[in-house]
Amino acid sequence: MKQRLVVVGAGMASGRMLEHVFEAAPDAFDVTLFNAEPRGNYNRLMLSPVLSGEKTYEDIVTHDGDWYAAHGVDCRFGEPVVRIDRANRVVYSNAGGVPYDRLVIATGSAPFILPVPGKDLPGVVTYRDLEDTEAMIAAGLAGRDAVVIGGGLLGLEAAAGMAARGAKVTVIHLMGHLMERQLDPAAGYLLQKDLERRGIRVHCKGATKAILGKGRVEAVLLEDGMVYPADIVCMAVGIRPEVRLANDAHLEVNRGVVVDDAMRTSDPAILALGECVEHDGQLFGLVAPLYDQAKVAARTLLGEEAAFRPVQTATKLKVTGCDLFSAGDFADGEGREDILFRDPGRGIYKRLVLQDNRILGVVMYGDTGDGAWFASLMKDGTDISPMRDTLIFGPAYQGGTAPDPLAAVAALPPEAEICGCNGVCKGRIVDAVLGGAVTLDAVRAETKASSSCGTCTGLVEQVMAATLGESFVKPAAQAMCKCTGMSHEDVRRLIHSMGLKSIPAVMQELGWKTVGGCHSCRPALNYYLISEWPLEYQDDRQSRLVNERNHANIQKDGTYSVVPRMWGGVTTPAELRAIADAAEKYAVPMVKVTGGQRIDLLGVRKEDLPAMWADLNAAGLVSGHAYSKGLRTVKTCVGSEFCRFGTQDSTGLGIRLEKLLWGSWTPHKVKLGVSGCPRNCAEATCKDVGVVCVDSGFQIGVAGAAGMELKETQLLATTPSADEAVEIITAFIQLYRESARYLDRPYKWVAKVGLDWVKSQVVEDPVMRRALCERFEISQSVYRRDPWAEHAAPTERAKWGPLADLTLEAAE
Amino acid sequence: MTLYIDIGALEDIPAQGARVVRTSEGCVAVFRTADDRVFALEDRCAHRGGPLSEGLVHGDRVTCPLHGWVFDMNTGEAQGADKGRIRTFAAKVEGGRIFLDAALLKRRSAA
Repeated sequence: MKQRLVVVGAGMASGRMLEHVFEAAPDAFDVTLFNAEPRGNYNRLMLSPVLSGEKTYEDIVTHDGDWYAAHGVDCRFGEPVVRIDRANRVVYSNAGGVPYDRLVIATGSAPFILPVPGKDLPGVVTYRDLEDTEAMIAAGLAGRDAVVIGGGLLGLEAAAGMAARGAKVTVIHLMGHLMERQLDPAAGYLLQKDLERRGIRVHCKGATKAILGKGRVEAVLLEDGMVYPADIVCMAVGIRPEVRLANDAHLEVNRGVVVDDAMRTSDPAILALGECVEHDGQLFGLVAPLYDQAKVAARTLLGEEAAFRPVQTATKLKVTGCDLFSAGDFADGEGREDILFRDPGRGIYKRLVLQDNRILGVVMYGDTGDGAWFASLMKDGTDISPMRDTLIFGPAYQGGTAPDPLAAVAALPPEAEICGCNGVCKGRIVDAVLGGAVTLDAVRAETKASSSCGTCTGLVEQVMAATLGESFVKPAAQAMCKCTGMSHEDVRRLIHSMGLKSIPAVMQELGWKTVGGCHSCRPALNYYLISEWPLEYQDDRQSRLVNERNHANIQKDGTYSVVPRMWGGVTTPAELRAIADAAEKYAVPMVKVTGGQRIDLLGVRKEDLPAMWADLNAAGLVSGHAYSKGLRTVKTCVGSEFCRFGTQDSTGLGIRLEKLLWGSWTPHKVKLGVSGCPRNCAEATCKDVGVVCVDSGFQIGVAGAAGMELKETQLLATTPSADEAVEIITAFIQLYRESARYLDRPYKWVAKVGLDWVKSQVVEDPVMRRALCERFEISQSVYRRDPWAEHAAPTERAKWGPLADLTLEAAE
Repeated sequence: MTLYIDIGALEDIPAQGARVVRTSEGCVAVFRTADDRVFALEDRCAHRGGPLSEGLVHGDRVTCPLHGWVFDMNTGEAQGADKGRIRTFAAKVEGGRIFLDAALLKRRSAA
């Protein structure tokens, strides 16, 4: 007698399994097939072309009613199974029971819904089945605003499909780059660039806070306050195995239904396969392992030996024009080596991860033609040492040449600005060189490029080298760090010329030699990007050193010190009381007055910081930035208000300067002083910027220091007007922000570029001065804010304590 | 065989960042790399005891925030000219959860 086989779920896995069963033994089973969807099996992978309009449902059907009928399958479409009675071997739908000898659970997975307010509003859809796809199409996408939450494979296919139908699409992704499971940051950056080129907006590091709308979705609100209008919201943040039936039947279930190598569940009469299963702790979302499972399940049903052995599978994104490939394991690790190839001009990135001369992983973007070849070398465990030198160029390699270190400069268009001081573009330098100016001095004389502050000298030389070829011998510039051959100055100029707006963008376009940089270049790049693109760049907190990341100074024992801001060194009894209260409440072991006339609370535990800041904020006190590469303090004396020698209101000027400049990030710390007379009680003449008030007005000195080196300030300007003094100081700070190398104090920077050049920019040229002040104000519109307040919220506080306390758990 | 204990969600640690776990062995720093792997190391630099959990994470290395020593998180071995090694503990990620060597918990109950 034939065995009774019941299959729950008509998806790609069960469809393939039945094919194998019918092929090997057409008459072994009487098959009943239940499916919650009112149809047979279609190729779910092809939903994106249906969404974009390139295909229709009919094109993607693999097993329709006729196919099942031809094989004698009793189809129960649109009839979900509600219960399995294992004791009597019967499955029940609402229409009644069907007995089985063997049962196969292939219930697949369900999309994960973020538990945010507004998730149930009409217009919020998932992207999982044909209904979802049709709902999106029916919403009328042309000209509408669509937001896709989730920048993984599925989310991006949904985004591209909707964009192809004319929607204005924004992708919100929680992680730092797109498709982080399959791609590293460099490849993720190239993918983002491609999507943006086709009009899809991408917001990484975006956490959805709520979906807004009255009666219907209208917008999406992020944790960082951004609001994106939306007529339709597609959630594609992940899937979870559909295990309810198996759970109710008391089968062993972890994250998925647990199966052995033969695809048997904890009940040997019941098999499971597809996205609902967990095998050896692993879940499955890609189709290749599901087809392998189908083969194994079929053989198990037929009583043959078979074992499922998952293999590394490759990923491709089904979005036309985005050419990416990833396979295997491309994490860094001990004993692992990278072979990296970047061709910024063509947007190509290839990376092989090796261990013991074997390929462990491949990530490719832009040119994926050799992907299959690399994947097969990986699968076979081929020893690649004989071809290591040329491996990255692929099988067709025919004696190519090493990548050109000048490629980034060579790729710049003629109108790209090289020398910012004198407004000289690349084309002008090339013309001068072709006209016979073959030395740096000749180019300087001819074009003025590199003749002012000199920070572009390296770039000018590279333009000359790219134009002259090998006949130009360039003096070696000091590289930024081991990750690049370029100097700080070159990197800054190229960030500007090439419009690079993220750390992965810089690393890709400038050919970084490491995958993710190091502790030297990351903080520098983060600063350069903030300085260049204050309105667009998103600060990368993890690329900041500890003090700036935690907004307090780390001490030798790992505790922190907190310094509230006292504008110009002036405070009030109420502020002092709040500081004293905080010191007692958080058991601060030492309260000390700093050299910059502020109060330092030393020895605070990290997890107490947010609560302490909240208390200080409540009393009107904000961060003193005593930790920052930014404006620290403005030290003052009492000046004409009280002092019998004071010539001007030095305290008032100090307060004004501090309120203007606070919060700005600079290449290194910046300290100011304002003294009310030449007796110099505020010690203004050893500060980065020091003002000495005199009867006739204000003497502005710059480039002093009282740290590792002692330097007296040099006179920058003398002016009768306090307003002009403030303007000159602001312009000086901005010029320092724009052209100094990261970690150079102003005195080092002025020594490099020359005080005369600084004067020419901020004193002698009022137009330049105003432009610098305007750029400073633009940056301050974003950065003049209290970092404490952002972290003091009760919801943020948990992030500052330990992740877990195992000593407590053990005690219980 | 190592027994593991669930200590929290991967998302509780920022990418290229760390959080600490208090144990009877002292604080353990749990790091998350850019590509979502986790490493657990003693939260004390071999040099002067700096909290490595506050260091800058690059690749599978971390730089101590106090004086810039660099450690390989796989082995706990100091890099470059510096000599020293810090303890490492078994850690893994599964289904978005972080699991640490449960021995860190057990020794306390025995004590």
